[in-house]
Amino acid sequence: MTAAIVATGVSRTYDLDGVSVPALRGVSLTIEPGDYLAIVGTSGSGKSTLMHLLGGLDRPTGGTLLIGGRDVSGLTPGEMAKLRNETIGFVFQSFHLLARTTARDNVALPLVYRGIGRRERRARATEMLGRVGLSHRVDHRPNQMSGGEQQRVAIARALVTGPSVLLADEPTGNLDSATGQSVLALLESLNAEGVAVVLVTHDREVAARAEHQIVMRDGLIVSEADA
Amino acid sequence: MRVAEAWRVALDALRANRLRSVLTMLGVVIGVAAVVALVGIGTGTKGQIEQQVEGLGSNLLLVVPGRLEAGSAPAASTMTLDDVEAVARVVGDRDRVAATIASGETVRAGSRSAFASMQGVLDNTPTVFVRRLDRGSYLTRTDVTTGRRVAVLGAGTATTLFGDRDPIGRQITIGGVRFRVIGTFERLGQSLGVDRDSEVHVPVTAAQRLLGTERIDGLAIRAPDRERINQLSTAVVDTLTERHPDSDFSAVTQEQILGVLGDILGVLTGVLAAIAGISLLVGGVGVSNIMLVSVRERTREIGLRKAVGARPRDIGVQFLLEAVLLTTIGGVLGMALGVTAALLVDALSPVPAAITWWSLALAFGVSAIVGIIFGVVPAQRAGRLDPVVALRTE
Ligand SMILES: Nc1ncnc2c1ncn2[C@@H]1O[C@H](COP(=O)(O)OP(=O)(O)OP(=O)(O)O)[C@@H](O)[C@H]1O
Ligand SMILES: [Mg+2]
Repeated sequence: MTAAIVATGVSRTYDLDGVSVPALRGVSLTIEPGDYLAIVGTSGSGKSTLMHLLGGLDRPTGGTLLIGGRDVSGLTPGEMAKLRNETIGFVFQSFHLLARTTARDNVALPLVYRGIGRRERRARATEMLGRVGLSHRVDHRPNQMSGGEQQRVAIARALVTGPSVLLADEPTGNLDSATGQSVLALLESLNAEGVAVVLVTHDREVAARAEHQIVMRDGLIVSEADA
Repeated sequence: MRVAEAWRVALDALRANRLRSVLTMLGVVIGVAAVVALVGIGTGTKGQIEQQVEGLGSNLLLVVPGRLEAGSAPAASTMTLDDVEAVARVVGDRDRVAATIASGETVRAGSRSAFASMQGVLDNTPTVFVRRLDRGSYLTRTDVTTGRRVAVLGAGTATTLFGDRDPIGRQITIGGVRFRVIGTFERLGQSLGVDRDSEVHVPVTAAQRLLGTERIDGLAIRAPDRERINQLSTAVVDTLTERHPDSDFSAVTQEQILGVLGDILGVLTGVLAAIAGISLLVGGVGVSNIMLVSVRERTREIGLRKAVGARPRDIGVQFLLEAVLLTTIGGVLGMALGVTAALLVDALSPVPAAITWWSLALAFGVSAIVGIIFGVVPAQRAGRLDPVVALRTE
């Protein structure tokens, strides 16, 4: 089985008004299909930067990065977009739902960029909302839903394209602990179905539930542990 | 992304900011309305003038003293009835050569009076120009040769002097001299701002006696066919110049008059349309401005769309369509407004207006193009946004 994502000596340096800020300084990491990986680390250690790279939202300034077997350095922004659409699902701390759009149309959004027709999009989005337990919220807009419900909508959106990897950057960061637990439980059930889950968290307890853990500091992986 | 979907997204975005969309459109609405209305008025006026000049009769050649050039003063005429005879010989048919001496005179009938353009003419005037009588009869050859004091009244003058009464056989005075009414013309209306219903035709000889002169002001020749006009024109001018070596004469054809008037109107319409076009341009700049604001406001949305798979092109097309939708909706509203304005002007003022399909098609096309031109920069900016930076934007 080929790895979903392979990072080898990946670095990312930001250029801030001529001053180079190294956010990642050589990170190697492999994500296999069905993995459950937690990334922890202090603020500013480069967790989000790494997630953006793994998800093909950004490109490394050094090292090589393969997503779905393809080296991202040779891809155009359009090809990167297609790659994200086909292989990656993102879940963000702040949900990032379209405000004036119903839960169903939010979930259906990735399918728009796949060129799938409206009817099928809606059917698949409705089904996916059912799987995250939101069948009764299909026509609700984000401001008519709780934070936990919004994050479930975001998860449904991440899954609707059938990605092989789900990248979640502090998905429970804006939720109370009970709601956070249920969102985690949802992610874990999806992982059990074979979707690789990569989770960034500040919470050691949350991290401990994952199969693998990575600790980051100053743009480097300082320890790896398996459960 | 499918095009239908892109339209839907663009329309949704405009709906979300209804007031702002409407205000942004306003510039385009006003610009397009102005272009459509002004072109309509220009076209209508041109059409009316063409109709009137053509209404004078076809294959007409007008001969006047002096040079017809910009800046040359109108010349005093040296032509007499003898010249008319000479020209008639050149033409070969005296029925095709009309002569006129004109003078503004007060015409009285009993206690009523009217100011009219007295035209001393030959008996062939109704055949050279197209003039139809309403009542009575026109001047005869004998009337002209004997200088009989008989008159044919324009419809307006007849109404002013006699109201509903039949003017035939009644006495009038022109410049204090008594004339008898023998006919009235059919109503013509205005032509080039001149009221053609306040003419009074009398025999040229009677008019000359009244004015104490031998001169005539001009000739009109109806050529037998279009091909001979130019040849005739040269021959007539040569004949007159030979007889009056110290004077200049000019001959103009209907086409030349139409051409000159058309050129003037064309330039006028063009200048007005250009001014209107500038307001369309200003409207376009407004669209560009609002689209840039919109891109900035929706940076997070753009980031999210990119994260879930939107290509730079998808985002660019979405914003471009939004701009085009703004300007074309504005364009359609502007067309409606412009057509309404033109029709109102046509109905409520003497200025005619004609709406042509090509001007509407052009207005629509231009508004769409304005949308594309002024939408491209914001759309490119949106398409090129870095998704990570966009997602982090507050
Ligand atoms: N666009 C940018 N320009 C310059 N520096 C940046 C940029 N984005 C991130 N950085 C820097 O890179 C480093 C890593 O940032 P990153 O967001 O990956 O940290 P993090 O581990 O996700 O932190 P947190 O736990 O607070 O979310 C930080 O020092 C940050 O200041
Ligand atoms: Mg972070």
